[in-house]
Amino acid sequence: MKSHQSALTIILLSCVLTTTAFSATASSTEASTNIWRDVPPGPPDAILGIAQAFRECTAENKVNVCVGAYRDEKGQPWVLPSVRSAEEIMLSSENKEYLPIEGDSAFVNKALRFAYGANAPLDRIAGVQTLSGTGACRIGGEFLSQFYSSKNILVPDPTWGNHHKIFKECGLTVGTYRYYDRSTNRLDLQGMLEDLRNAPDGSTILLHACAHNPTGCDPTDEQWDQLLDVIRQKQHLIFFDSAYQGFASGDAEADAKALRRVMDAGYPMLLAQSFAKNFGLYGERCGTLSVVCHDAAQKDILMSQLKCIVRPMYSSPPKHGSSIVRTVLSDEKLTQQYYQECASMADRIQTMRQRLVQALQDAGSSHDWSHISEQIGMFAFTGMSAEMCDTLTDQYNIFLTRDGRISIAGLNDDNLGYVAKAIHSVTDGKSITSN
Amino acid sequence: MATTTENLSSPSIENNSDEEDEGGRAAFAAQKKHKMSPPSVGTVDRPSSIRRSSLLLSPEWDMERKSLRHLGDLDDDDQIRIAYFPNIPTIQDVATNEGDDDKPAVDVSAPRRSLFKTKTHATVSSDEEWSTASVTSDSLSDFDDNDDHTVTGIWQNVPEAPPDAILGIAAAYKACEHPQKVNICVGAYRDDNGNPYVLPTVRKAEYRLLEQNEVKEYLPIEGDRDFVYCAMKFAYGREMDIENHVAAVQSLSGTGACMLGGQFLAQFWGSDHPIYVPNPTWGNHIKIFKQCGLKVRKYRYYDRSKNALDFEGMLKDIKRAKDGSIILLHACAHNPTGCDPTMEQWKEIVSLISSKSHIAFFDSAYQGFATGNSEKDAQAFRYAVSQHVPILLAQSFAKNFGLYGERVGTLSIVCGDVVQKEHIMSELRSIIRPLYSSPPRHGSSIVKTILMDPALKEEYYQECAKMAIRIKKMRKKLEEALQVAGSIHDWSHITKQIGMFAYTGMDEAMCKQLTEEFSIFLTTNGRISMAGLNNTNLTYVANAIQTVTAGKTITA
Repeated sequence: MKSHQSALTIILLSCVLTTTAFSATASSTEASTNIWRDVPPGPPDAILGIAQAFRECTAENKVNVCVGAYRDEKGQPWVLPSVRSAEEIMLSSENKEYLPIEGDSAFVNKALRFAYGANAPLDRIAGVQTLSGTGACRIGGEFLSQFYSSKNILVPDPTWGNHHKIFKECGLTVGTYRYYDRSTNRLDLQGMLEDLRNAPDGSTILLHACAHNPTGCDPTDEQWDQLLDVIRQKQHLIFFDSAYQGFASGDAEADAKALRRVMDAGYPMLLAQSFAKNFGLYGERCGTLSVVCHDAAQKDILMSQLKCIVRPMYSSPPKHGSSIVRTVLSDEKLTQQYYQECASMADRIQTMRQRLVQALQDAGSSHDWSHISEQIGMFAFTGMSAEMCDTLTDQYNIFLTRDGRISIAGLNDDNLGYVAKAIHSVTDGKSITSN
Repeated sequence: MATTTENLSSPSIENNSDEEDEGGRAAFAAQKKHKMSPPSVGTVDRPSSIRRSSLLLSPEWDMERKSLRHLGDLDDDDQIRIAYFPNIPTIQDVATNEGDDDKPAVDVSAPRRSLFKTKTHATVSSDEEWSTASVTSDSLSDFDDNDDHTVTGIWQNVPEAPPDAILGIAAAYKACEHPQKVNICVGAYRDDNGNPYVLPTVRKAEYRLLEQNEVKEYLPIEGDRDFVYCAMKFAYGREMDIENHVAAVQSLSGTGACMLGGQFLAQFWGSDHPIYVPNPTWGNHIKIFKQCGLKVRKYRYYDRSKNALDFEGMLKDIKRAKDGSIILLHACAHNPTGCDPTMEQWKEIVSLISSKSHIAFFDSAYQGFATGNSEKDAQAFRYAVSQHVPILLAQSFAKNFGLYGERVGTLSIVCGDVVQKEHIMSELRSIIRPLYSSPPRHGSSIVKTILMDPALKEEYYQECAKMAIRIKKMRKKLEEALQVAGSIHDWSHITKQIGMFAYTGMDEAMCKQLTEEFSIFLTTNGRISMAGLNNTNLTYVANAIQTVTAGKTITA
């Protein structure tokens, strides 16, 4: 014991003594490192720029409806109580050992059942844990780039901006299909069908599983019938991005209807799954990527290749978020509690939607805002032009993205009236549809 | 074994021209080479897609893969060998225009030649392209099994990647029922009872995060700024001017940092500058940098005939590398050999790197964990910075904070001024965003909580030192136990080596015997994890090693 302590003392002392043996000062770094003089500035990130501007704004009435994260009635971030309970359990039940390359298999199984249904044929679904939805799209894109015959992927117009960047980096050719009709603020089904027909056979089609981002506009069941017809005829490959299951309607089973229908009908498909919003685990980076296979043997083969993609990127995924999801979904009580909490988020957003439309009418707006009440998910795609959005920001300190998308989660009792009046002011006498 | 090391250290590796290689290297030919543009404003043509085709096998790669086998291109819990498809035509034949910066990655006008046997109902000819091809739509109901575009057929030609060796060893250990089985393959710390160890300060930090109701919001793309700042002070020391001279981002532990650094170098230093890694090195290094599009070469490092550093060979190879090459250096506790240069040798290495205008890319995975002294373990790269050598630093908190699965690390690039720093930061963000958007926050919150609290920080240094001390003790005890067991070999390299691993010098046959006869599980390159040894199994292991090495050589 004693030698231990003296060894420790010596080490700690020598820490102090050798601190400044070789330290780098400003002057030594100047000369060395002009090799980076010509690195150009990268393109700024639009959404982050707006978030930055909001932070820097000193106006008291500033409103952030740009953020893609849930906020409670007081405008505060919200950690789900079931998530907290899971973390408390984990303090004594979890260690910090590396996960396997493919992630926590118990978590992945829970996650896949959550998506595909309780009776999902997991023995033939190749699934790996990923860094939330972004990571899942990236792994999926890399996989397609290496192993799928078509290098074309089509994404909806509009879509989450990062989709374009991710798939481009994978070496895929990214095209778009018409999706949203800005002249009606509704789905452009005919345009969508036409573009899917015109794409080369076997292209990959990225579909938002529910609560399309940024429009909040999802196909109806009948519209899905028509879409799947064309997809089957053209032998396209479906790549679902599911970021809002449970969070969109409040009903996790309902939100999974489209992707389950596709799977049950035997279409080949990939699924990128995120737990950022529905479990509120944003910064923990928790998600999965799965590929539906023919049988267990094929699943094993695909798993081996997916692992090859993961290993030189980051070796293995981070475990905290996946442990939380696994802990919650493995405990009946916590699971029930979780479903209620998720539904409560969806309810509040739903309520705010209706109240926003009401408030706009109360403010005197004569526009047809019904698209806002019909849209699903965290966002409302208002139809406002970029100029209107700029005015909202410059004059009213309301921060949103310039495509007219506002985060309903950012609305609450305190700011609703103010926002409604401001939107009315900038849209009064002007059009919120474009032709 | 001798032959393969010979091949690796021969000058022919240095002179090997990538252009001669048809298969594997052609994988990178399609990648767009970014040339440094003049410092003009606005955006620059950036290479769009780097083809992820390192999976293609050429004869040279095959040799490299085989030679890697005995070096243990494997680390920690599990690794996967480079996949290979011997018979499949290169993806480049079909999909890309090599080196043509103007055309898109896929030439849609060319007839599409499918890699895989898919019987599509419609084939798109070059005339028809985007117009509706003649489609036979059988029925509106389910797919049938003859349709290869169904789940049945679509992935049927994906080849299986070769099985992973270390996973095999770990699985064999698990399945083994021998009462005295020993796992000295594992690359994570174990306490004296052989159990995983979560540092008490880490747990305290986690309690505090819960008590403070820490939110789970997205981190910025570059990570938690406070964490990164602490990490930089921890690495570079108190005097370092982080604000103006260090561009640093949070990364997914050491792997993620190497990957980000590799991507940055491929894009902004140019993939015509090779990266040199020590022979041997952590196996994943080679995969990571190849995947980034860099040419990977080796420099001599370990002399198996002496079980010591091959300093002369190392200097020769670094000198022979063309100016402006990237030299990967393990900051301390070299993995897998545990053999580090002395400070005097570091000075010579840095001086040579400087004279060749090389870039020094340091991988620091054991700071504090190697000697128990975190300042000492940082001397090598701090010296390089003080000597004006441009450096990149990949920093991991997996071992020294025991945060393995939380994936905490940083990548930093020392630069000339704050403008360069801002530019580099923005480019690093552009790389990160389409990979995973932003890093995971739990591990960084833990490190930040500890390093920003003086009391917790002190406790942490003691805990880290304790781990290092236990390992050092085990080294000494192992050497003594081997002598007590009757071994007449010179095992002094075991106590001279630093860090988690001992590179014993045992060959593959001896390692196999250890496993088969004694249920001692280790990698076939003779590397043992000192963390896996404890007072309970030490004598048993020493006796076993003595048995398999008696009368044979442990040098090559």
